[in-house]
Amino acid sequence: MTAQTLFDFFVFPGIVFTAVLGLLAGWVDRKVSARFQYRVGPPLFQNFNDLFKLLGKETILVRTGVRWLFIAAPLAGFAVLSLAATSVGTALFFGRTSGTDLIVLMYLLMFYSVLIVLGGASPGNVFSSLGAGREVKLLLADELPFILACLVPVIRAGYKLDFGAILAYQAGQGMLVASVSGAVAFVVALLAVQAKMALPPFHIPEAETELVAGPFIEYGGPLLAFWKLNQFMMLVVFPFLLILLFWGGFPLRGLGLLWGVLKYLLILVLIIIVKNTNPRVRTDTAIAFFWKYLSPLALAAVVLAVLGV
Amino acid sequence: MGWYNRRLAKSLWVFHVSASPCNNCDIEILDLLTPRYDVERFGIKLVGSVRHADVLLVTGVINEKVAPRVRRLYEQAPKPVFVVGVGTCPTSGCCFKESYNTVQRREDVIPFNVYVEGCPPKPEAMIDAIVKLMGVLNG
Repeated sequence: MTAQTLFDFFVFPGIVFTAVLGLLAGWVDRKVSARFQYRVGPPLFQNFNDLFKLLGKETILVRTGVRWLFIAAPLAGFAVLSLAATSVGTALFFGRTSGTDLIVLMYLLMFYSVLIVLGGASPGNVFSSLGAGREVKLLLADELPFILACLVPVIRAGYKLDFGAILAYQAGQGMLVASVSGAVAFVVALLAVQAKMALPPFHIPEAETELVAGPFIEYGGPLLAFWKLNQFMMLVVFPFLLILLFWGGFPLRGLGLLWGVLKYLLILVLIIIVKNTNPRVRTDTAIAFFWKYLSPLALAAVVLAVLGV
Repeated sequence: MGWYNRRLAKSLWVFHVSASPCNNCDIEILDLLTPRYDVERFGIKLVGSVRHADVLLVTGVINEKVAPRVRRLYEQAPKPVFVVGVGTCPTSGCCFKESYNTVQRREDVIPFNVYVEGCPPKPEAMIDAIVKLMGVLNG
């Protein structure tokens, strides 16, 4: 547990950096969505105000719920996402892989979705349990194409799961989106990431007009603050992961830094555009979309990657 | 406490409690939350769950059947929470003041912080009330 590791985890690119960047990225989301609707939108530090306001409210624990799970779910989610952000960030910015590779990261991101399910199942609320059930179905739907799409960089980098190997391959051969298999896999991964973040059109668990607030209905105060912070941190972790796997990384020097920021903004704006232009899909439509259309497409991308295209 | 109050004033999440209204005030509240008035620039957001709420917008004259439910909703909202009575009904009872079903004193059910007159009040009047609430919070 060196000072370097502690700095990585707590300051940059860990908790403080990911939280601040996530809150600002969430503002970009809200502002661009507002402009889509001919509105003005919130001021720059709105998400910071929301977070601090929530941290100061009363914590209410439901009598019929499993209290330790109710409290532990958002905190464990925060810990898991901090770990995921640190591992992606250190690989992306510094080239240090420090014992985590793609499989560990996928496990962490799936564990986060499981924590949403557990947190939704922990109070005894009907809407909450329905939301948790829908999150399970969404998890079933989007994991398969996501894993298949993430296989493409692995295969192209010479069957290596290490982040450093993927970045080194792209440093030598150019960005993976420039090739056919990489471009197809990037599109599949982008849509799968939209579902993993439970953003529209896949905001099935937190279906506002149907399930009030889904798994988060009984959460209020500081615990809700942690769930909101988790959602904003996902807006940093997933684009950085996509940049690492498909867009060639984020060099911290000179013109590469500007290019890296542009890559991040591009992926963020793509996510926001998809978010604002689509209505919510039904659960069975989502599963059909991911299994019948995106998974064969991702499989085709894998075959093309093996063939070296 | 002043710093926290200023955060709260910039991020008021609104929950709509309809305590037996005629639904005109509810329609005007929905008007308020449309892009034309754009209250999101003040940080105001409509939330679906009462546990996420900072402001309860109560419409309608509270009658005997809904009074225990309104009380329960108020207790479910995490404190600090503010109650805004929208319309003339929660303010004074309007034409239902002498009805057999209306509660005697609305303040016995839940404490009110702000009243907005009007039957129904214009969205501009509701914005004015929220701004006055923010002014009290900002000191």
